[in-house]
Amino acid sequence: MSTDTSPGPAPAKAPAPPSTRPVVQPGDRIFAGSATGAGILILVVLAGVAAFLLIEAAPAFVAPAADIPGGNGIVAYIWPLVFGTLLAAVIALLIATPLAVCVALFITHFAPRRIAQPLGYLIDLLAAVPSIVYGLWGVAVLAPASVELMTWLQDYLGWIPLFAGPVSATGRTMLVVGVTLAVMILPIITAVSREVFLQTPKLHEEAALALGATRWEMIKMAVLPFGRSGIISGAMLGLGRALGETMAVAIILSVSGAVTFNLISSGNPSTIAANIALQFPESTGIEVNTLIASGLVLFLITLAVNSLARFIINRRREFSGAN
Amino acid sequence: MGKAIEAIDLDIYYGSFLAVQGVNMTIRPKTVTALIGPSGCGKSTYLRSINRMHEVIPGARVEGSIELDGTDLYGAGVDPVGVRRQIGMVFQRPNPFPTMSIYDNVIAGQRLNNKRMRKDATDDLVERSLRGANLWNEVKDRLEKPGSGLSGGQQQRLCIARAIAVQPDVLLMDEPCSALDPISTLAIEDLINELKMDYTIVIVTHNMQQAARVSDYTGFFNIEGTGKPGKLVEMDETKKIFSQPTQKATEDYVSGRFG
Ligand SMILES: Nc1ncnc2c1ncn2[C@@H]1O[C@H](COP(=O)(O)OP(=O)(O)OP(=O)(O)O)[C@@H](O)[C@H]1O
Ligand SMILES: [Mg+2]
Repeated sequence: MSTDTSPGPAPAKAPAPPSTRPVVQPGDRIFAGSATGAGILILVVLAGVAAFLLIEAAPAFVAPAADIPGGNGIVAYIWPLVFGTLLAAVIALLIATPLAVCVALFITHFAPRRIAQPLGYLIDLLAAVPSIVYGLWGVAVLAPASVELMTWLQDYLGWIPLFAGPVSATGRTMLVVGVTLAVMILPIITAVSREVFLQTPKLHEEAALALGATRWEMIKMAVLPFGRSGIISGAMLGLGRALGETMAVAIILSVSGAVTFNLISSGNPSTIAANIALQFPESTGIEVNTLIASGLVLFLITLAVNSLARFIINRRREFSGAN
Repeated sequence: MGKAIEAIDLDIYYGSFLAVQGVNMTIRPKTVTALIGPSGCGKSTYLRSINRMHEVIPGARVEGSIELDGTDLYGAGVDPVGVRRQIGMVFQRPNPFPTMSIYDNVIAGQRLNNKRMRKDATDDLVERSLRGANLWNEVKDRLEKPGSGLSGGQQQRLCIARAIAVQPDVLLMDEPCSALDPISTLAIEDLINELKMDYTIVIVTHNMQQAARVSDYTGFFNIEGTGKPGKLVEMDETKKIFSQPTQKATEDYVSGRFG
């Protein structure tokens, strides 16, 4: 801030050496080198993965339709999986994001410090629990327990296609998968949101309060807009985890391959990752290529989702408060 | 608009630390009152207690009372949110909302009041407030641009526009010019002179000339030593404080012989 621009006498100094090359400290050079190296390495790995997927998937794309498992061609095979993957992930995201934002707000702005800190640790801890544990919980606890609720949904909200039924007797439905995934990604979204909420400048919070904002209005005016890109990033991390989640889905969902928005019946589309895990051990030849092709599609979906998130964040960059 | 403020036996605490002790001060309506004093003597603390922003800090509390035209702002059942809508504040560092446009910044307070306003009415309010803050001509062509893209002085005037857009009774300013160049400072001082037609203004400043230029009354706060509470030493008409103060400490301070 305090730049001295007074036109005082210039400090007496030896004339600059007539070198054209800027002086670079060895430390800087090492750091620049290793950072560049790491960046390149990531790109190389990514390109390698993409190349592997493309090469291994290619036979499935050119094979006659009858050779593909199911006998109706590659599109008919992959489409229900794509649908199931997106459906499960979207349900999880729709449930988890608002909840995570609320929990993060509670921790940062409402809870007394005595409660907020342990709660924060607990959330971080939950983020580290392996997904198979959530899967077991989903199939052993949540699924049987949810049958009653799903029956209720069918009885009273059955006119909404989502809850058309008939209710699965085991409870191993898309809804339960969605909820389990939501629980799974809740901690990561909460953790990321909490970090950005904590970084909201006091200055802006006080500006809102001084205008006569209630605490909730202050949050709407200062905290949420400031944390917006952080919330989106957190949601994307969560979405990435939900899209790729394998074991939890594999052990919970009862699959028929049907493409349906009916969330509470026993006929569900599988997801790409779960399908690969379940089918891979018994697959040979073209079947393997087909599975890898579905993996390629998952790769592309993740890429698309992340680009979309970047786009949303950048669209209002001017207003991000980063300047 | 423009109400009187009366502080009565005011003690201000941060937790158990008594930061300001025993302030009794009468601020007349539609005047400019300057608060001066050495760093750490509690000027900001006192200022923030007037619109109940002090208690936003965890553990911070106030004893005694502050009356706005006779009603105790710290009385039972008084909502601090309502107090802050009546008493606007401009901070030391300009703090427009970075996520809002210039236009939205100005009407941010109005939006809070949940009054649905017609578009032309808000346009009107925005223009009036920005004109009132001497900023209209500089920003009228870029109202949709983010407020954080303005210069420091412009941002500070935007904050003033935002504060007066809700038509408060009182305007508190905590060193509003300390981050600004002399030209912007003059612009804001001129503005203060205009605003006192409508508002009661309390301004904290470290700049003696500024206090002398803009204020009608001046209060001098002092502190006896670290850890001791700040106190209001004396308060009087500005020219009296600067020419013939009754207290030795005041005289030393305003003549630059302090510390
Ligand atoms: N958030 C806080 N928590 C605890 N003590 C505080 C806090 N803010 C200020 N204080 C203390 O209260 C006293 C008065 O501080 P205050 O900021 O009101 O001084 P000031 O007169 O505004 O100083 P300056 O001229 O430097 O702005 C100081 O001793 C300071 O350390
Ligand atoms: Mg201060």
